[in-house]
Amino acid sequence: MAGLSSYLHTPARENVERALSQAKEHEAFHALLHLSEEKALSRADLIDSQEKKGRLAGVPFIVKDNFLTIGEPTTAASEMLASFQAPVMATAVEKLEAEGAICIGKANLDAFAHGGSTENSAFGPTKNAVDQTRVAGGSSGGSAVSVALDIVPFALGTDTGGSIRQPASFNGVVGVKPTYGAVSRYGVVAMASSTDVIGVLSNTVETSELVLDIMAGRDAKDMTTLPDFFEPLSESAPRKIGVIKEFMTSDVDSEVRQKTQDYIDALRGRGHTVEEVSLPMSKYALAVYYVVVPAEVSSNLGRYDGIRYGLRASDATSIASLYGLSRDRGFMPENKRRIMLGSYVLSSGFFDAYYLQAQKVRTLLINEFNALFASYDVLIGPVVPTPAFKLGENTDNPIHMYLSDVMTVPASLAGLPALSVPAGTTDSGLPVGVQLIGQRQSDALLLALAKEGEA
Amino acid sequence: MTTHPDYEMTIGIECHVQLATLTKLFSGSDNDARDKDPNSATSPIDFGLPGMLPVLNREAVVLAVKAGKALNADIARVSRFDRKHYFYPDLPKGYQITQMYQPIILGGTVDVPFEDGSTVPVRIHHAHLEEDAGKLTHYANYSLVDLNRAGTPLIEIVSEPDMHSPQVAKAYAAELHKLMAYAGVTFGDLYHGNMRFDVNLSVAKKGATELGTRTEVKNLNSFRSVERAAEYEFARQIERLEKGEVIVQETRGWDEATGTTISQRSKEDAQDYRYMPDPDIPPIVLGEDEIRAIQESVPRLPASYRQAWQSLSLDPSVVQSLLANPSYALLIATIQEVAGDTLARRVAHWFSSAVSQSQEEEAIIASNFVPEGYIELAQMVEDQELSSTAAKDVFHALLTSELTPRQIAEEKNLLQMSDESALKEIVRAVVDDPASTQSITDIKAGQEKAIGYLVGQVMKRSAGKANPSIAQALIKAELDAR
Repeated sequence: MAGLSSYLHTPARENVERALSQAKEHEAFHALLHLSEEKALSRADLIDSQEKKGRLAGVPFIVKDNFLTIGEPTTAASEMLASFQAPVMATAVEKLEAEGAICIGKANLDAFAHGGSTENSAFGPTKNAVDQTRVAGGSSGGSAVSVALDIVPFALGTDTGGSIRQPASFNGVVGVKPTYGAVSRYGVVAMASSTDVIGVLSNTVETSELVLDIMAGRDAKDMTTLPDFFEPLSESAPRKIGVIKEFMTSDVDSEVRQKTQDYIDALRGRGHTVEEVSLPMSKYALAVYYVVVPAEVSSNLGRYDGIRYGLRASDATSIASLYGLSRDRGFMPENKRRIMLGSYVLSSGFFDAYYLQAQKVRTLLINEFNALFASYDVLIGPVVPTPAFKLGENTDNPIHMYLSDVMTVPASLAGLPALSVPAGTTDSGLPVGVQLIGQRQSDALLLALAKEGEA
Repeated sequence: MTTHPDYEMTIGIECHVQLATLTKLFSGSDNDARDKDPNSATSPIDFGLPGMLPVLNREAVVLAVKAGKALNADIARVSRFDRKHYFYPDLPKGYQITQMYQPIILGGTVDVPFEDGSTVPVRIHHAHLEEDAGKLTHYANYSLVDLNRAGTPLIEIVSEPDMHSPQVAKAYAAELHKLMAYAGVTFGDLYHGNMRFDVNLSVAKKGATELGTRTEVKNLNSFRSVERAAEYEFARQIERLEKGEVIVQETRGWDEATGTTISQRSKEDAQDYRYMPDPDIPPIVLGEDEIRAIQESVPRLPASYRQAWQSLSLDPSVVQSLLANPSYALLIATIQEVAGDTLARRVAHWFSSAVSQSQEEEAIIASNFVPEGYIELAQMVEDQELSSTAAKDVFHALLTSELTPRQIAEEKNLLQMSDESALKEIVRAVVDDPASTQSITDIKAGQEKAIGYLVGQVMKRSAGKANPSIAQALIKAELDAR
């Protein structure tokens, strides 16, 4: 894999041509929904002609197709937005391009980021970078596979309950979900506003660190953004690390546990203190997540009504049938499932019992995390209970699919930064990631620790 | 007052007030959609495009805090926004951003004034910030959506059910309008729907301990229609009850032309709005000092003017018409402070009659609001330099003129002839006129009123410039001398 410095020392056109040819060579994986060849090449020429170089000058990258970009469609991998052309650009993409990075295309995802396998894409699944019979993970599956196949050194993703970390783990790349509010959500198709986080998947920790440094900061267009707190750390001091014991039970695949244990042993070997800790509320996290997130999903998807943009049923005979037919055709089954779940938990008479109750449990979970961070710098555990599963294995069993999120949703609900770092492969060669979770705004510390493990 | 021997009505009013901000509640689009092409005062946020996020307009928060002062209400230290979900083509996001659980304005009272000087207190339950929806125009087989108004900031003021007659409801609506206009919260343009009223009304037997089932008449945009709708609903509900029928809880529309309400939607069809806290907008947190600073900037409110004007002994209708325009009220109050009650009273009457003029003229009037000229004019009348009729003439000219009242009066040749020698000649001529013989005979016979004809003749010959009381004195003197 080419490191970031080799990209920075190569003409932009050469970088982009290589990325485009790699993308075409790996078309079978279906990682990308759109390649912006002409646009990328002309931007490359522009950057090559410029005297002043940005921090990512000439570096090609790919964005998940739920980021609004100008000049190509933004589909969210849905029929609903199959022909939608955005008039504005996501802040994250704008900031990267301002530093000379070149977006060469848009990556596949589960439609509207609902899913953990990229099988819910309206345009067909993305295949795992290591084993084409297995899933890419999701919902940022196309982004993870693009990086794993070395098409680009980094790709942008979104993580609402594990959508960056899980595919990173399944494909053996670095996946960073920053602190909630670190990066502007402006111009990114909303899934669940209270846990949606913009992050990065990359070939090295260092690349993610630079990308995050560029993207982070307050944005007047997103009221939930935090003032820029991100400052990369050059060295890592001895840390106190807690292993979440609820993440290391026999429900978790033994090889996954072993790889996690190996990573922990290496941390000890480098002088860090590692102890077992307990996060009892984590067992309720999945239940809380599948109340809060569908509620927000049902709300955020209300705007796709066929009136102003997006799919519109031309055979509708009334306003009700226009809504019904447009939404029926525009959404995937998983989208509809979450809209129904969310509408149910928000409905009169159920709101207190489900939504408010879930928010209370969420607060208890946050309190537990805070208590642990009083004594520990970082928490550690696996990312996903298993390596990448087979395509089609879980498509008829949504509950089984949701269980794959059990270790990623706690950090999402608490708004904490969390990384997925490659931790080797199983005997059959499938990648396994390990998850580092820190307290809010400790993103730089997590990255420094992960970087140290890479060396 | 509308009453019935057996039944009593109970009214609560919800009022939507459009805030006078430059931009919309959550986007930078122009908040003034009047005379604009459809969908031209919009942005990707107003259109509900994917990935767009609301950015709260602080100016709207400031105006809500001012409204709180005008309503004698508390301001919540922490308030939040919620989403109210429903599908309609004029609602771009599939939800309206409102404040369901923690509104910004809590409690409050409006003392509704009446012409006899009494007041009826109406308690305010709360008032909250929210965004307006767009507008639909329906055609034969299609409808068009205009989102210019979508996202316009509103506060919805919810009263307690404290009103018991259509007249109180009307007066409450009018007073609310004044309060919001005076506090600078809204432009208060009723014609353009800057304030819209929903009247909730129920009827119960007198002395009953429980309220009857209420109906809600929505979207009334004048004080008069608030009154008429309440009158109609009162009669309609009593008629139903007398026939042994029940009142259905429902939303009704108002037909201005026929003066009737029409059923629109019953409780059974009521939508489940699936309210949810809006995760995109952090809570509004206001400190004591911030609230105080904002509220100290609120201009004088109507009640304060009414209090100050008690010493002017104006007719209540004059007070009402002056208060209809905050600029008039401020001018009169300033004149009262600077020049005293007598002159203020004169100017008050001039302005009070000017209120009835057309809107266009009022706009011109607003161009000259310097008190000095009006004070001088009132003083000239006081000093008998101008007749009250001539003064009205000068007043109208003064509204749009750069000149002083004296200059205007001179230019128009309106200054009264108080110079007795000049007047005496006219008086002699009138008395000498054979046409006056009858009047003179009558006067001498003790019919004092007959002098009016002679005074009128003097006024006529002096082209209106004669001071009538001096003229009268001179006529008497002339007749006595003969």
